[in-house]
Amino acid sequence: MARRIAITSPIGVAGEAAPQVAVRGPGWDGRFTVLILFLPPALLLFTLFVVLPIGEAAWYSAFNWNGFGRPTNWIGFDNYRFVLETRAFWLALRNNGLIIAVSLAVQLPLALTLALMLAEKFRGAVALRMLFFMPYILAEIATGLIFSFVYDGDYGLVASIWRAFGAEPPHLLASTDTAMLAVLIVVVWKYFGFHMMLFIAALQSLDKNLVEAARIDGATRTQTLRHVVIPLLYPTIRLSVFFAIIGSLQLFDLVMPLTRGGPADSSNTLVSFLYNNGISRMRVGYGSAIGVILFAICVTFAFTYKRWFMRDE
Amino acid sequence: MNSAGARLAFDPAVLFKALFLGLVAIFVLVPLLATLLGGFKSLGELRVNPFGLPAQWEWQNYADILFSARYWQLLRNSLVISTLAVALTLITASMAAFTFAHVRFFGSSMLLSYLTLGLLFPAATAVLPLFIKVRDLGLLDTYFGVALPQVAFSLAMSVLLLRRFFKDIPYELLEAALVDGCSYIKFFRYVTLPLSRPILATVGTITFVNSWNAYLLPLVMLNTDALYPWPLGIMVYQGEYSSEWHLILAFITLTILPTIILFLLAQKHIVAGLTAGAVKG
Repeated sequence: MARRIAITSPIGVAGEAAPQVAVRGPGWDGRFTVLILFLPPALLLFTLFVVLPIGEAAWYSAFNWNGFGRPTNWIGFDNYRFVLETRAFWLALRNNGLIIAVSLAVQLPLALTLALMLAEKFRGAVALRMLFFMPYILAEIATGLIFSFVYDGDYGLVASIWRAFGAEPPHLLASTDTAMLAVLIVVVWKYFGFHMMLFIAALQSLDKNLVEAARIDGATRTQTLRHVVIPLLYPTIRLSVFFAIIGSLQLFDLVMPLTRGGPADSSNTLVSFLYNNGISRMRVGYGSAIGVILFAICVTFAFTYKRWFMRDE
Repeated sequence: MNSAGARLAFDPAVLFKALFLGLVAIFVLVPLLATLLGGFKSLGELRVNPFGLPAQWEWQNYADILFSARYWQLLRNSLVISTLAVALTLITASMAAFTFAHVRFFGSSMLLSYLTLGLLFPAATAVLPLFIKVRDLGLLDTYFGVALPQVAFSLAMSVLLLRRFFKDIPYELLEAALVDGCSYIKFFRYVTLPLSRPILATVGTITFVNSWNAYLLPLVMLNTDALYPWPLGIMVYQGEYSSEWHLILAFITLTILPTIILFLLAQKHIVAGLTAGAVKG
């Protein structure tokens, strides 16, 4: 950069050569020092705790190993076969699919509607935004516990509503029919505010002239919304979908206080399935195989999604 | 003028909007308020009146927890781990981001893409090998055993955010400084970092919130109750008092209180940070 500026500079006289050499000398030394001092800490931490473990997961997944001593009992792809033959794995996968479906069908429209309402300025708009965003910053564990109270069949809010109608309160989290539904409601409660904020941020950086122009041309409010505002939000919508899917694939903390994945594995996500079957029993090989499958799903999804839907960004 | 006229007249759209916002607000608030108030009730009252104000305010529930060593120990552990994670993330990520932003060298873009691989998958995928690694390093059951992996997993996002910001610092500034005999490192320390406070605050906030709320990593890495951060502690507490909901609700309220206070104090940073972090990843 320095050299190019010197050459193209209109006052590029001989006198400028001297400081330029001075720049290059200490410049390179300085660069070298920076490279040696500044890069290794981050690269080392990242390699040690992120990249190597993923590689090792692939390696460990070929063994039947409880984590002690060295892995010696090589069983090839058997762990993967065991995982794929487990009904609970497919249930977990289905549940992740359900979370994604609810995120797309309920959470996203809700977040978008709220964003459109709250992006305009009126008394209380900011307060409502903050209120709706609040669940997102609460810890998943706390959220899960709060809702295990809400759903509690003896003391909970749901129970008291049922009793008010004279009905016997259900134990929502203890039934295989309703546990996952209960988890899904909490997912929406916890995360819609985040997506709403994404949309509000996008709406506020929207080119107001385009909306204005549409209105002047006689478009109704609905027409403007449908043909101008929403299309301008497509990139954000795609982003929001991306986060909903990635978030679903990581969901764990929320499930643990609610159901621990039960009853009878009916509300496991992939990560809680991994925890219940791999980590808590120290089945390193089996758990690593689940991890590798999850990793493959995440990476495949991220790449295809970026390629298909986010090409222009 | 038009819209002013419209607002004066009865507008069903406005009514619908108010109704809708009100319903969502109730949906969000009721569980939170019920938790706060539930902590003030006796167990018997909770059963018959989970929604309303307590007939008799039981300050004892909260007082017992606030005066217990356990509560403060959990918060202290969380604070230590989160502070470690934030400090180490800011130091390592800003150094790396500075290098990627201002120093051109062979392999720079390759190394940057290598780091951004970290955005692709969650820590959970490799948690078993991670556990074995932390164990082999002798870090099991230490604060660092939790904080270091957290730093490693927050690096990708942090470096990307910081690098983008650092790149906007005019190159001429660096050039002039170098001509005047300032070193890269001094420039980093005395120019880049002071100019970058907003983005450092953003990255710090993201890392702090993530670390403060984290459950899986501490669950796997820590065995001693005395080291537990609050999400683990509260699960243990819930296990002990299994259906004494009034105590559990008081405990939940007190443990999420720091988060809510922080949120109210720094809402601008937190919202900007968490959404920006997401968008720019």
